[in-house]
Amino acid sequence: MNIIVCIKQVPNTTNVQIDYETGRLKREGVESIINPFDEYAIEEGVRIKESGGKVTVITMGPPQAESVLREAISKGADEAVLVSDKAFGGADTLATAYTLSLAIKSIGNYHIIICGKQASDGDTGQVGPGIAEMLSIPHISYVKKIESIDDKLIKVERMMEDGYDLIESPIPVLLTVVKEINVPRIASLKGKLTAKKAVIKILDAKTIDADITKIGLNGSPTHVMKIFVPPKRTGGEKFNGTAQEAAASLVKKLVDTGII
Amino acid sequence: MANNMKVLADKCVGCKMCENTCPFGAISIVERPEHPKKFKFAVIDLNRCTYCGACIQACKFNALELKKDPPQTGINKNLYRGVWVYAEQRHGDIANVVYELLNEGKSLAKKLETSLSAVLIGDNVKSKIQGLINRGADKVYVCDDPIFVEFQDDSYSDVLMQLIESEKPEIILMGATNIGRSFASRVAAKVNTGLTADCIFLEVDIETRNLLQTRPAFGGNIMATILTPNHRPQIATVRHKVFKGAKITEGRKGEIVEYKPDVRTLLNRTRFLGFIKDINTVINIADADVIVSGGRGLGGSEGFKLIKELAQILDGAVGASRATVDADWISYSHQIGQTGKTVAPKVYIACGISGQIHHMVGMNSSDIIIAINKDAACPMMQSATYALEGDLYEIVPSIIKEIKSLRCC
Repeated sequence: MNIIVCIKQVPNTTNVQIDYETGRLKREGVESIINPFDEYAIEEGVRIKESGGKVTVITMGPPQAESVLREAISKGADEAVLVSDKAFGGADTLATAYTLSLAIKSIGNYHIIICGKQASDGDTGQVGPGIAEMLSIPHISYVKKIESIDDKLIKVERMMEDGYDLIESPIPVLLTVVKEINVPRIASLKGKLTAKKAVIKILDAKTIDADITKIGLNGSPTHVMKIFVPPKRTGGEKFNGTAQEAAASLVKKLVDTGII
Repeated sequence: MANNMKVLADKCVGCKMCENTCPFGAISIVERPEHPKKFKFAVIDLNRCTYCGACIQACKFNALELKKDPPQTGINKNLYRGVWVYAEQRHGDIANVVYELLNEGKSLAKKLETSLSAVLIGDNVKSKIQGLINRGADKVYVCDDPIFVEFQDDSYSDVLMQLIESEKPEIILMGATNIGRSFASRVAAKVNTGLTADCIFLEVDIETRNLLQTRPAFGGNIMATILTPNHRPQIATVRHKVFKGAKITEGRKGEIVEYKPDVRTLLNRTRFLGFIKDINTVINIADADVIVSGGRGLGGSEGFKLIKELAQILDGAVGASRATVDADWISYSHQIGQTGKTVAPKVYIACGISGQIHHMVGMNSSDIIIAINKDAACPMMQSATYALEGDLYEIVPSIIKEIKSLRCC
């Protein structure tokens, strides 16, 4: 079973600080990490592979995104592909899906593509289904469990708001996975050594034969018009006194605001 | 041809306005290498720059120049008219967010002097049509066929694509539900247009008929307003509860258009095998007006009994911090925060949750935040609308008692 896992390099949100005076993200010294949801995608890929096959991790990003690919290898992925070109810069989800779908076609011979359910910086969850559409394969989002899998069919649980759906799909298929699907392993020492030595394949716009009107900013139907910082939530009222007194003041507030 | 962004060194005074504005940290102010007085100027890191143009607006000296390639989409935007709302149904029930979208869609349609339509896909769903018309839909497109009995990305997106291609709407709004987010992504890729996820504010520019879509990013740390200027339709998924539900006008008149696709040619590769209901979820977290959440401060799984009791009395849902889910005190479907759900209820009651950033990003757009915690200095207490310092095992029962006594009299 050949598995392709799509990952993204994101700033570590715990460290993203906003300067409310200037309205700027303080990115200096902020480390880049694998998008937290992609950790589950990598782990699921590695688990499927344990009964034979290989896992290829792929990311689109600047040259420094290589570090997350190495990290994925340290956690069990076999090969890594960096899709990188200045021409890909400023891509929205559609242009990203197009670019990754071409890169995946050039890797070829895949059975399952796995993505995290969304990235922690953009929070859209649109790239996975977009890739599936461009590869003309089905996709299943929000997968919380793979029930069974063979070389023709896969049966999964799709998490919904009110429970879960049981869905069967032919292979190849693209899955986006949620946290509940597994507990990612920690990289082993051997894995880290392998990662250090691994050769990362780089694909640029020319190699994947990209249509320049469909990549990067030019290939993006959506444009960012403005970015602003929402006003910071400032602390409100504090209710002191005994538990009974504080509870009484709170309930009175809730009655006044019409909640109760 | 490529995009280019440059600093005009003779105009730049090194004032830092652009550096402070750049959302991507792509600009830095450095000393001019050859200048005797070491004056400063701006330098752009093109590896980080996304050509968003935020710095251009900020610069008071016209010292920045952005060249973008003109788009060549070949799309005649004037052929696209009308606002659509996707009337998501699950197990035959229309999602609440649909009624909120009809309300907002109506006001957008009015500004654009066009009509509002609802698109209903399902099996045996015709009884739902009048409810959509009563809430403002001028027209309802119905695709009613046994093939649509359960939501499948393939068949649903295929039929919506066919409808879009024949009817050409300019705006499509969908709920940012599990179905909506997955389905909209597929549809946008099929019709090759822009999609903006999780919008919380919508506006239209009358002249260009562009939809201004405002959404949070970086877990709500920043807001972005996004346009789809050259493609149609403009598709947006919209969060629950950001718009009020549409008012009902009984017996309102509307047009009903039945669309019968050739189901034999419809894409339908995946198979629905069954649905297993989460018996613990009485009220859907995303739909709830009130969420009562428990954190590590509960001390054990038993603590959720108290949380449930308070939630029940307020007709609210139960939420949880990651720590409690990891400790198996409650199931993952309750988890709120970065790796869980993002919610924005009217009232969020955080009991024993300190407010790690991972949790805050999932709930900080709630209208009212109530924090109950022993530690008055923790982030949750600091940012709460109402902060109650003390033992939650004393305060929560007091609140329950207080509400009960209020209700019985």
